[in-house]
Amino acid sequence: MSKPAAIVGQIILYGAFAVFIGYFATFPRYRQIPDDAALIKLSMSHLGDRECRKRTAEELEKMPRNMRAPLECPRERSDIKLEVDLDGEKLFSTVMHPTGLSKDGVSTIYKRFELKAGSYRLTVRMNDNLIKPGFNYIKEEQVTLKPGRVLVIDFNPDKGGLFFRQ
Amino acid sequence: MSFHASLRNNAQTIFQHAEEFFDVSFGGSGNPLRHLGAMGLYFLWIVVGSGLYLYTVLDTSINGVYSSISDLSREPWYLGGILRSLHRYAADAFILVMALHLVREWAYGRYFGFRFYSWVTGVPILWLSYVSGISGYWIVWDQLAQFSATASTELLDWLPIFSEPAARNFLSPDSLNDRFFTMLMFIHLGIPLMLILGLWAHVHRISRVDYLPSRQVMLGTLGTLLLLALIKPALSDAPANLALSPTQVRLDWFMLFIHPMTDITSPAMVWMMLFAATALLFILPFLPHPNAEPIAEVDAANCNGCSRCLADCPYAAITMGPHPGRPGYRIAIVAADLCAGCGICAGSCPSSTPFRKQERLLTGIDMPQQTVNDLRQQLEEQLAQLEGRTRIVVFGCNRAANARLLAAPDTAVISLLCTGALPPAFVEYALRGGADGVMLASCRSGGCDYRLGERWTAERLSGQREPHLRSKVPLARLHHVFASVNDNKLLAEALHEFRKKIEIQGLTDDPLQPYYRRNSHHV
Repeated sequence: MSKPAAIVGQIILYGAFAVFIGYFATFPRYRQIPDDAALIKLSMSHLGDRECRKRTAEELEKMPRNMRAPLECPRERSDIKLEVDLDGEKLFSTVMHPTGLSKDGVSTIYKRFELKAGSYRLTVRMNDNLIKPGFNYIKEEQVTLKPGRVLVIDFNPDKGGLFFRQ
Repeated sequence: MSFHASLRNNAQTIFQHAEEFFDVSFGGSGNPLRHLGAMGLYFLWIVVGSGLYLYTVLDTSINGVYSSISDLSREPWYLGGILRSLHRYAADAFILVMALHLVREWAYGRYFGFRFYSWVTGVPILWLSYVSGISGYWIVWDQLAQFSATASTELLDWLPIFSEPAARNFLSPDSLNDRFFTMLMFIHLGIPLMLILGLWAHVHRISRVDYLPSRQVMLGTLGTLLLLALIKPALSDAPANLALSPTQVRLDWFMLFIHPMTDITSPAMVWMMLFAATALLFILPFLPHPNAEPIAEVDAANCNGCSRCLADCPYAAITMGPHPGRPGYRIAIVAADLCAGCGICAGSCPSSTPFRKQERLLTGIDMPQQTVNDLRQQLEEQLAQLEGRTRIVVFGCNRAANARLLAAPDTAVISLLCTGALPPAFVEYALRGGADGVMLASCRSGGCDYRLGERWTAERLSGQREPHLRSKVPLARLHHVFASVNDNKLLAEALHEFRKKIEIQGLTDDPLQPYYRRNSHHV
């Protein structure tokens, strides 16, 4: 091939390379959720409760002075039961297990729900000590999910337990 | 033929045709498809160079990180904006050529035997490249970064490696602090450093590594990327806001394709595919494959320790050690696991000259499957049988165009492991033994299956490399053709032209004296 023709060939091939790189660097656009959708993110990290027993004075007396803890607690943490309802319908239900080989770590969850934007009655119930029946934490609220917005369901005992954040 | 072998052969055919198409414009030595590894390294240096500048202006505080990057595209656009775009597009190009390099090496069957080490050390580089690339997108901290960070951590959380879900770090705007971006910078600098270390391991067992493509290709590629940076500069999306979920993002499909893949399938499926693909790449060399070529053998009595084989071996399979029988001399030592069995070392050995009087020609380093003695014997037999007006000897290559198709009463054909395995003295030997012309048919320039065979052959014939063809050999009677497996027709035409040229020019002034070993008194 003559030199000018080879140069033209190179220009075409370099051009094709640039178009390929330039196009797939940003196109096609990716839409993870529709325009009219919102997200609920359910995310918690919480230590399940455990049943502790108060040591009697006789028991404490028999123990070395430096080990006289008033409560005797098992290492293992309770599973945590969690339910989420939306407008009275069950959206999600699970039992979270403690992490760790001795089941003494936190129980965690992370879930993402895609919903059509709008107003919903959101109810979350949680029991962090399954020896006891029912739910010791309940949060119920009418929430308005705007398009593209994220509502987070989280738990923090210092903030009163279950809470929603938008 | 197994399904895998058939698939591989088809892929190889596609690559061969594509490379030959590129040869038309770029020539063999400049063809980017024949130098994908070097192209990858070149793109990596562009990424590193532009990245160093970006690092100097990066503000790793949560409030400053977005603006420090997005402002680059504006102030000053000619420096920051272009360098940022170069950084992104060169990274994409690196991923592209890396993928092509992987598929091409597989298609050509370059993943087992002596190439096992290079193949296996290449696999972690894939992971390191993607981790580096994806973490780079997070630093921008725009909506795409937010999407990728959330999607990546959701994917990571499927693995039981974190005590708490990593995705909790991206729950809300107050979940993040400055330390996140400092840590991200460590990842985005540390992983590429590991990548460079991995690349060193990947290539350190081969000699004369193609660290960079030709200057012409480097300039052309850089110019293309600069033009792309000017026409379509890399820009940030809107700032990340963890209270919002980006509905539509300008995804970089080279780096971030894994996120839509997770959405379409599931994290479990994606991890399964990634681990399965990685495991497949690792076990590929252990799957049934063609037997390895026998390796080179050193004959201590004929090796004088000149180290030409060491200089010419494309795979660093030869080292020099103390000679067992001659104090003060050295001897070539062949590493069995590195030897490709190409015979280039036999072609480089000065003892391989056929003019030696020995009845059985023994050389310093030789190939058991095609010894220089076999070669001389074959040449002598075929020269004796040649008849016709213009008698030509063709030395072909088993991996290039099929020279055997040219065999005829006036054409002797000897196919070699590689034309690099031909000691140049055989050309003179053929001419003095009765041939009117000698044609060598090597792989296309830059397309030698053993990397350097066609290059060493050309350099030996032109006197640029030892052992060289003696200057008294008339070059008019020698023709070196570069023809791939798809160039049988081109080879036949080249032979026809060569014969015509010899017939037209006439060779009455030929200074070469006939030489017939069995009648000669020369020792």
